[in-house]
Amino acid sequence: MNHLASQLVLVPVILPLLGAGLCLAFGRSARAQRIISIVTLSIVVVAAGALLWRADQFGPQAVNVGGWPAELGISLVADRLSALLLVVSTVVTLSVLLYSFGQGIVEFGRDTPLSVFHPTFLVLSAGVSAAFLSADLFNLFVGFEILLAASYVLITLGGTEARVRAGTIYVIVSLISSVLFLISIAAVYAATGTVNLAALPERIAALPEPLQLVLQLMLLLTFSIKAAVFPLSAWLPDSYPTAPAPVTAVFAGLLTKVGIYAIIRVQTTVFPDQPLRTLLLCAAILTMVVGILGAVAQSDIKRLLSFTLVSHIGYMLFGIALATEAGYAGAIFYVVHHITVQTALFLVAGLIEYRTGTTQLDRLGGLARAAPVLAVLFFVPAMNLAGIPPFSGFLGKLALIQAGTESGDWLAYSGVGAGLAVSLLTLYAVAKAWNRAFWQPRDEHVDDDVPSTGALHPGQNTVTEDKVLRLPRGMALPTLALVAFSVALTVAAGPLIGVSQRAADELVERTPYIDAVLGDVP
Amino acid sequence: MSVDLALIIAIGVLVACGTTLVLERSLTRILVGFVLLGNGVNLFFIVASGPPGAAPIVGASDERMADPLPQAMALTAIVITLGVTAFGLALAYRTWQLEGHDDVQDDVEDALVIRRAERDDTSASFDEVDESLPEEEGADLPAVDDEVTRENDEDHESPDDGDPR
Repeated sequence: MNHLASQLVLVPVILPLLGAGLCLAFGRSARAQRIISIVTLSIVVVAAGALLWRADQFGPQAVNVGGWPAELGISLVADRLSALLLVVSTVVTLSVLLYSFGQGIVEFGRDTPLSVFHPTFLVLSAGVSAAFLSADLFNLFVGFEILLAASYVLITLGGTEARVRAGTIYVIVSLISSVLFLISIAAVYAATGTVNLAALPERIAALPEPLQLVLQLMLLLTFSIKAAVFPLSAWLPDSYPTAPAPVTAVFAGLLTKVGIYAIIRVQTTVFPDQPLRTLLLCAAILTMVVGILGAVAQSDIKRLLSFTLVSHIGYMLFGIALATEAGYAGAIFYVVHHITVQTALFLVAGLIEYRTGTTQLDRLGGLARAAPVLAVLFFVPAMNLAGIPPFSGFLGKLALIQAGTESGDWLAYSGVGAGLAVSLLTLYAVAKAWNRAFWQPRDEHVDDDVPSTGALHPGQNTVTEDKVLRLPRGMALPTLALVAFSVALTVAAGPLIGVSQRAADELVERTPYIDAVLGDVP
Repeated sequence: MSVDLALIIAIGVLVACGTTLVLERSLTRILVGFVLLGNGVNLFFIVASGPPGAAPIVGASDERMADPLPQAMALTAIVITLGVTAFGLALAYRTWQLEGHDDVQDDVEDALVIRRAERDDTSASFDEVDESLPEEEGADLPAVDDEVTRENDEDHESPDDGDPR
């Protein structure tokens, strides 16, 4: 193996941190900050792409940082799963960054401290990369903490009343999940003497079975809070919608998926022998159904999207719970699809908010005529989310449903049934949003006294018909690019499913990952 | 593996107190609870390191030493706890500035849903049947909406607690 090339694994973690430091140093010049952020994230995208190619061609790329042996020091590994998620997450992060430039130029500058935004955003990106790449539980925890600390700052950006309120809930839930994670790590170390993901499987297998179960449940509990799996999902729709649009978009796209990634990694690598199938399948079905029922009841686009986010976490968990190669492959493909589409939808919601001053459905209307480009931008990812052929949402759901029917017991079939019903309800929810916001004429007789869900910003309801706003190009173009990327996932579905399949093979096989970490790397 | 009973009891007390405090409404108390929890967990790391033995880093040496890895982890955890606590305190201060208290509040939207349910109101997402429009799919919608409203109602059991603003 070419050791020099595998050092590429370090780039997605270190470079954004360096960039964040530089951004802080240039805090006075918004222009310098923009250039630094763009250059940094562009390099990371390229590095992630190169990593994916190398991981696919030559097997997992591993680096032991500082030259310590794997079980003592910090190891970073990019196998196909990590590299694939890394590529998608960095592409999404980059487009959200560009969007935030557009928005910053148009909107910020008055009450939001922009000098904080760029460094924090880069730190968030570094944390996400660190979580995807780390090869031991403790480093995974550190990755989580990096991204969480950055997300605390981003979710309370500007310190307005609504954001502080929503941010408080988010921070407390994250704190508790962090403590749980630490307890799990200490318990794992006490039981096995290592936290290295590659060294753990062998030692875990030697433990008595009840102890294995306790460790696994503790880790799953922690990750389920991060991934917003029902019944641990109640925090998400409460806290996400109030943040600025780019922040919500990147949170919705990435943060829960990091939790899903951790579940996949722990389930496949550390506890391959006891998939806890029944428990996870029930959780997956409940997440799908409860999430989407919440979405149907919402009358605010951002909250509606937050609930669909919870609901669709259920699909990924369903694939993981099946614990078959096809299930994992479906879940991986679905993660890639969902990161892109959910982020795109939140960016569009941000555009709607910019254009009309609100995202409440009962105050919107007639946007299809007023802003046809916006209508298309909303329609395509919305249909993609609902899983209308030929979009990637359809392909992802198809892969999961095939995996479910292959398993063939009643629980898997009820999962398939729930998946189909939920995709129909998703269609209902987004179609309702489409009808209200874009298709119908605006309802002029909104009674302000009636409490309406989505009344978080009553003061912002300053829509007037004659206020002709054009979509700012700086915000619309990145959204367009992301929507195009999500459509490209359909066009490139063949190779993508191929990579997902090979990533799932690698996960089930396990030895490449373990060999790469524990092998003779420098 | 032999463990130190005093440490275990200390962990138990710290975690129990921490958990109680985290369940409070006031953000400051929650943070104190978090600090206690964090300290309990750090002690747990010391327990996890087990009795002294041949240390993994120094290599072959007859001297018995404590395992350095859990200590490194505990140190990292302490640093992270410190940073996050500082942020939490800033958040509590900001809440106090804005609202005069630092209580964690119920979700505004949930409170609205509950109020609607109490008034037996339709949800805001419910489409009134419009006579002027041709009949579309909406015939069975009220049932769906009612169910959802009721479900939301059940999810959030404390309607009177912490009415926003």
